[in-house]
Amino acid sequence: MEIVTIWMLLYNTHEEISGTKHLVSWNNHLIPKFLRLKMDDEKLTEQETALYDRQIRVWGVDAQRRLRKSHVLVSGIKGTIVEFCKNIVLAGVGSLTVHDDRMVTEELLSANFLIPPVENVYSGKSIADLCCHSLKDFNPMVHVSVQKGDLLSFDVDFFGKFDVVVVSSCSLSTKISVNEKCRRLSKQVAFYTVDCRGSCGEIFVDLQNYIYSKGKADETVECLLEYLSFEEAISIPWRSLPRGLSKLYLVLRVIEQFEEIQGRTPGEISTADFLNVQKLRKELCQIHLLNESEIPDSLLQRLLAGGARESSPVCAIIGGILGQEVIKAISGKGEPLKNFFLFDAMDGKGIIQDISQVQAPETEFGMGSVERVENIL
Amino acid sequence: MHFSFSVMASEQQLSAIKGSKVLMVGAGGIGCELLKTLALSGFPDIHIIDMDTIEVSNLNRQFLFRQSHVGQSKAKVARDAVLKFRPDINITPYHANVKDPDFNTARRHVNRLCLAAGVPLVESGTTGFLGQVTVHVKGRTECYECQPKPAPKTYPVCTITSTPSKFVHCVVWAKDLLFAKLFGDRNQENDLNVHSKDGSSSSKQAEDVFERQKEENIEQYGKRIYDHVFGYNIELALSNEETWRNRNKPRPIYVKDVFSSELASQNGNLDKSSNGDPPSLSAMASLGLKNPQDLWTLKENSKVFLEALKLFFSKREKEIGNLSFDKDDQLAVEFVTAAANIRASSFGIPLHSLFEAKGIAGNIVHAVATTNAVIAGLIVIEAIKVLQHDIKNYRMTYCLEHPSRKMLLMPVEPFEPNKSCYVCSETPLDLEINTHCSKLRDVVDKIVKAKLGMNFPLIMHGSALLYEVGDDLEEDEVANYAANLEKVLSELPSPVTGGTILTVEDLQQELKCSINIKHREEFDEEKEPDGMILSGWTQPRAAEKNGKTAVDSEVSTSSASEAVPLETEDDDDLQIIPTITGKKRKLSDISNETKNKRKAEELDSKNDVVMLDDENSDMSKKKREQ
Repeated sequence: MEIVTIWMLLYNTHEEISGTKHLVSWNNHLIPKFLRLKMDDEKLTEQETALYDRQIRVWGVDAQRRLRKSHVLVSGIKGTIVEFCKNIVLAGVGSLTVHDDRMVTEELLSANFLIPPVENVYSGKSIADLCCHSLKDFNPMVHVSVQKGDLLSFDVDFFGKFDVVVVSSCSLSTKISVNEKCRRLSKQVAFYTVDCRGSCGEIFVDLQNYIYSKGKADETVECLLEYLSFEEAISIPWRSLPRGLSKLYLVLRVIEQFEEIQGRTPGEISTADFLNVQKLRKELCQIHLLNESEIPDSLLQRLLAGGARESSPVCAIIGGILGQEVIKAISGKGEPLKNFFLFDAMDGKGIIQDISQVQAPETEFGMGSVERVENIL
Repeated sequence: MHFSFSVMASEQQLSAIKGSKVLMVGAGGIGCELLKTLALSGFPDIHIIDMDTIEVSNLNRQFLFRQSHVGQSKAKVARDAVLKFRPDINITPYHANVKDPDFNTARRHVNRLCLAAGVPLVESGTTGFLGQVTVHVKGRTECYECQPKPAPKTYPVCTITSTPSKFVHCVVWAKDLLFAKLFGDRNQENDLNVHSKDGSSSSKQAEDVFERQKEENIEQYGKRIYDHVFGYNIELALSNEETWRNRNKPRPIYVKDVFSSELASQNGNLDKSSNGDPPSLSAMASLGLKNPQDLWTLKENSKVFLEALKLFFSKREKEIGNLSFDKDDQLAVEFVTAAANIRASSFGIPLHSLFEAKGIAGNIVHAVATTNAVIAGLIVIEAIKVLQHDIKNYRMTYCLEHPSRKMLLMPVEPFEPNKSCYVCSETPLDLEINTHCSKLRDVVDKIVKAKLGMNFPLIMHGSALLYEVGDDLEEDEVANYAANLEKVLSELPSPVTGGTILTVEDLQQELKCSINIKHREEFDEEKEPDGMILSGWTQPRAAEKNGKTAVDSEVSTSSASEAVPLETEDDDDLQIIPTITGKKRKLSDISNETKNKRKAEELDSKNDVVMLDDENSDMSKKKREQ
């Protein structure tokens, strides 16, 4: 198998956000941080080979060894995160740290299969403690632990202990803040947000500058992707977003903004908020010079009616896709999602929304944006 | 108004769920995920059937199972695990299978039972990152057998016996010919011996070669076999010069060449190894080879070959004569890996690790938890629509890996029933056959059972009954039918000739079809080995169980859960690229092979939805366990 070192640079071309052209920053100073973990020379043990046999046949031994060395943090444990945790513990990551100080309530258990709904078992315990306890049982080779404290209070160094950070059920500003901290590290930390609202779900991915290998026929091509931070992504003027953008994307931005302004927790909304949300939609559409019909009432109402309720099938789907993405990111194998993944059970479509593929001419990769770089590693 | 609509929608959903009763076929990879998601979604009454027991290689994704459950019934353990977080629902496990032992694909069987009972079927499968969910509702959407299924991959016999060019050819040879010859039923036909130039390799003499002589010690025997299959047979093949005109000549390999001077020390090795039984019998373990990912040298392969053979004859002598290859039989996998690699060396084909050879030989379904979780979610979404009779919103959904158009989960409208499907539309089939030579037995075995998948067939010519199977037949009827079986078609009491229309029926499956008979004098032995051609039917994947050189996935993986494999054999070739516009799909298929005594038909009609997702397991193993 021949390894070809052509890196395709897929640019974030949004000058309004980045302010600079990336080609320049690339040449001058920006040596990308690589997420792909250094592999140790340790071979998989017999036990690992037996347990992971079927998946090694999917992603190979090297990927399995990288997984074993990886450390994952999740914060905000609801149905989707539970699904995600199950998936990556089974896959065999090195460690999983779970964070959620909330006490268990009946509502939090609705899509949670890690905690028995027996009041005297769960009462007085944090959701993270109980989930940790169950997850340990899934795969004795994975170290599962609990982190306590306020997510916003954790400093940059704290996030530096991880390779992957996933946040859920938190405010817009918290997402931005955590993402920012991850970006400030010299080490590359993959950042994800994930949420399910009723029959809809969304994943956001920030891998910063990310190299992955893509198998094509008999050769492997290495590709470089450049990601936007969450803040950058949601600040892209709506009018410049790619055509055919999923309506769900904009609806979620409006609702997220609404919760932020009102100081609500995620999902703390109902159809009673419809008028106020409509008002916010109008304002946002004015700022973004967008026709309000791009953000349909029906979808807004559906999400408002859903509130914080989760649909288990949607959690399974979103948690499954997220699991797959994190495994890809850690192993460096396979093309990762960029930047959002959106799913709506109503139409059944699961769409990858690359919002950095904006209309600017230089984005047409394959032309000016393909660079030959050698020996950078 | 919109508001009330959406709330009502979810209330309707809830009430549809609350009043439902579902049957799940399979508690494996998809099954565990599905059971969990159904339970969390509020399904109150779930029946689950699986005849499999839990294995270590399940634990990476079948998350309801733990190490301590290995060996136990999947259906039962899955039930107990789910009741821990949803104690208020009813889950009824059946450690059983949905079909009779002689039926070749459970999926077809379930499809027919669902059609007969009028119960919707949600069918699914995954391989690696790919997956698919399909809804089958009688009269509304296609049935499982409406689309032709790709035939299992087979290789020409001569490629396997004389001119292998890929590693898979060597594996097939090692597994289906050599392993079967040495450890399986000796009376079975076997193309192991190459024919010499004059075509005179008398099978009599060949038989003797594989027979262990009295007084012959195991090591001598092993070396003799080695020299015969890797040395002598290759020399014999080489004498056929025509074959090698445009091919690289293979190199005969003899024990003495491989071990040359070290023969003595190698013996020592073998002797040492037989001390102390390793927990599971393994030639690798006794030779100190640890990593199944490693490539062994020719010498290491030769050692494994001789050691494995020795272990079979010394420690598992009782099984010899009855063994069939099983991917979970460590020693069998070692033997096949070593033999395939030695043969590959002969033919200049790159060697492979045990891990790789096991995957090829066992047609192991590539499986990860995440895809199964996604597919399970999609199944439940579809099942809820089915319960609400929301016909216009039924979708068939693909889970893709490298989507074009950025659609990772791609729903398409279900296909309409195929009007010429013999299963759901009762369209007649055509059978070309020599009515003066072929016996009724040939038709029953090769067509009615093997191809149409009927267990209890009843064959009629007009109103005359030619053949019937059943427990309640009178003795004279049984004798009469037995006599008919041995008659050629044109000499039956009610003669079957060109133009005859036969009616074939399976009362259990409530499946009835007509076969138009067309007389034809001659058939090409190579291309048409059955001596008859059936047209208008769909090929099930796992049909040709006896095809000796068939690397057919499901026969050996018998798999299911993850099974509806979109494709099971060669992951790399696999591309499902359904296009929305053309609604085309390239899906290979499903199947799953399973064995069991219990029938599920009594379950079907009582269920609102049947979910077919199955289990990944091995058939030959089951045979052993039974």
